[in-house]
Amino acid sequence: MTTLTDPPKESFRLSMLINDTRYRSLTFQAIAAVALALAIWYLGNNLIQNLRAAGLNISLNFMSDPAGYDINQRLIEYDSQSSHARAALVGILNTLLVAFLACITATIFGVVAGVLRLSNNWLVSKVMAFYVEIFRNIPVLIWILIIYTIMTAVMPGPREFRGDNATSSMVLDLFAFTNRGIYVPMPFFENGLFGNATLNWVLVLLVACGSWYATRTVNQRAANIQADTGVRPKTLWINLAIWLVPFIALMFIMGLAWEVPALKGFNFKGGIKIGGPLIALWFALSIYTGAFIAENVRAGIQAVSKGQTEAAAALGLRANRVMNLVVLPQALRVIIPPLISNYLNITKNTSLAILVGYADITATLGGITLNQTGRAIECVLLMMLFYLSASLLISMLMNIYNSSVKLKER
Amino acid sequence: MSDSQNNSVAFVATEVIPQSPPPARETGVVKWLRENLFSSVTNGILTLVALYLIYQVLSAILPWIFNGIWTTNSLAECRDILQGKTGACFSVLTERWHQLIYGFKYPSDGYWRPNLALVLMLVAIAPVLFFDLPRKLLIFTALYPFVAFWLIWGGTILAPLVALVGFVVAGAFFQVFGRSSFALGFFGGIVIALIVWTVGGLLIPEGASDNALLPAVPSRDLGGFMLNLMLGVTCVSLSIPLGIALALGRQSDMPLIKGICVVFIEFIRGVPLITLLFVASVMLAYFFPPESTVDLFLRVVIMITMFSAAYIAEVIRGGLAALPKGQYEAADSLGLDYPQAMRLIILPQALKISIPGIVNVAVGLFKDTTLVSVISMFDLVGMIRGPILASTEWNGVYWELFGFAALLFFVVCYGISQYSQWLERKLHKGH
Repeated sequence: MTTLTDPPKESFRLSMLINDTRYRSLTFQAIAAVALALAIWYLGNNLIQNLRAAGLNISLNFMSDPAGYDINQRLIEYDSQSSHARAALVGILNTLLVAFLACITATIFGVVAGVLRLSNNWLVSKVMAFYVEIFRNIPVLIWILIIYTIMTAVMPGPREFRGDNATSSMVLDLFAFTNRGIYVPMPFFENGLFGNATLNWVLVLLVACGSWYATRTVNQRAANIQADTGVRPKTLWINLAIWLVPFIALMFIMGLAWEVPALKGFNFKGGIKIGGPLIALWFALSIYTGAFIAENVRAGIQAVSKGQTEAAAALGLRANRVMNLVVLPQALRVIIPPLISNYLNITKNTSLAILVGYADITATLGGITLNQTGRAIECVLLMMLFYLSASLLISMLMNIYNSSVKLKER
Repeated sequence: MSDSQNNSVAFVATEVIPQSPPPARETGVVKWLRENLFSSVTNGILTLVALYLIYQVLSAILPWIFNGIWTTNSLAECRDILQGKTGACFSVLTERWHQLIYGFKYPSDGYWRPNLALVLMLVAIAPVLFFDLPRKLLIFTALYPFVAFWLIWGGTILAPLVALVGFVVAGAFFQVFGRSSFALGFFGGIVIALIVWTVGGLLIPEGASDNALLPAVPSRDLGGFMLNLMLGVTCVSLSIPLGIALALGRQSDMPLIKGICVVFIEFIRGVPLITLLFVASVMLAYFFPPESTVDLFLRVVIMITMFSAAYIAEVIRGGLAALPKGQYEAADSLGLDYPQAMRLIILPQALKISIPGIVNVAVGLFKDTTLVSVISMFDLVGMIRGPILASTEWNGVYWELFGFAALLFFVVCYGISQYSQWLERKLHKGH
């Protein structure tokens, strides 16, 4: 005869904290919390003592003091009387500028090299393999220094453009490659609709956005008609007209003109000056990261199984349709996640600007401001905060894009 | 009908016609060229463009290298000899060789010490890289860090000996108590090691390094390519255990521990290494006890180790996630507890999957060790930018120096990545 009884009521014993899986995780977390608190207390205590010994305190008031140094490369108004905060803002914009430019060119280099490496031309694929291996295996720091040296030590000085038998001359009479930077013609409007030059460019941008939206609508309509009837109406001329007509009209109304750089005195005047440090950083980051992107692109294209290409060809699609409609959409899913991390790497590697004197956030806030004010902790923390939020923002944006091209599963 | 057909045949071959050779354009070199270089008009143009580029590059570089001068004492003498011809001035490499490799302050009668350490490192690392070698060699690998420390820094032999004794005692403690309770053995071992180190540190007499067999070399005297290699090897080997711990912590179901690991990893991965080096050079000193002086080398090692540990943790997490869930469940159903399951079932497989990723991180980290030149440590790039290019003799010798640095890094990094590919093929248990 069996009797059903409740299991004996277990009273809580101390050993259960370590032996019972129900409580053990709590024990470990409690230990971890105590250790963390102790570590923070220890480090914080040391910090307070050291700061007191050095006669310092943590405050951000110095950010509003005048910076007292000049910055060559800047996107917004700044002079030496502006505050440290303004200098940091100039640095942030410079960082974002070079990161943006380098991301675009690195993608172009990477896609071209990755596709060409798969070319059935033996020589071209070998040259591309050589490019990838050379640039991936040498530190980006050395590449930045090499290109900076080319920009400063190999390019001719402005005075070599002078005289009747000058040793250097401008390319096409439009571009001047000098050791102080590259001068390119600058477009401007002679009779803009607004007094402010920036507003005129915003207007151009708005028109471009409008054209883009209009072509998208036209293409969607064409796709709908194709889905209904099986015949796709020709959209090429309509699209071209939508893009060109408003743009040319706007340029004509506002009177587009080009300001060509010219040698005046000891230096070139006019046009847009792209400084040597910016070029060095931009170009070095592009070719270096381009080599990594090339490998991702190659892996992505190779990941699409050959059967897909053959099936598309069997359906009668032309080679470029096979690429655009079948291979690329599938390859993109493999390419984009590593591409995101490459963009993040570019953004973080822009911090090497300090090496060539490009005024990014590391060079302004972490370099001159830090040295002038001696506020090491505040400057380094602010710098880290900026990079952290930039990284998180970029990965968030790219993840949104990634989820839009991801395989839609039921 | 059939007769008339037979008669209508004028000629019947009685023997097999010998095979004629394929047309000239379908054999040998010509066929290869046609298929691989000139299969279409676009391909032909691409080939010609590539050939032109290669010609341009080679015609610029080859005379420069072959006219190179190896034996002068300054750039001016090179220019005298070359007299306007293209040619490299490689004498900067021969004249400044020791500076490039060892930095400019390492005692010159002690160059054999880092050399020997490098050779021993190759021996120590061999059983880790090649699984076919006898496992007994791993004993030497375990001893190597202490030997290398003693060789490079010199000073009293007691310091590395105390460190070694600490590890041995901790290991013995773990062997005895770790069987019954992993946590007791593990944490007890750490406590015992700390006690041994503290007591041992007090036992080392003041000034023991003064008349040591190998004269002591302070960390700030290290430099050149040696510094890059030392930072790379030290930080990678230290960051692998830390990375494993972080990866396991991130997989843990204890929210607090998981939270700490996630915040640490994402924070480190979100900021550039250079900011962490700034922390090491200007900020970390504030967090140590006021009277202590932790030298820059150690601070940099701490920050770079944390940096690479975060990346290695993500690689290992990928390996852990790639293991089928059945492996975890099988370990549970065998009645293994967490440390046993991890040590015996999960980690051996997960680490094997992660090896190529870890090697990638190691290569990247080795390249990133050049960044220490920004915080005025004189590694290879720091030596080139600082003392050498600033000297009056060698001001203006850019390409020889940058080319040399690039070549050294290329050889090491390309070698490591070839090893990684070899290992991947070897570990691939193909289906």
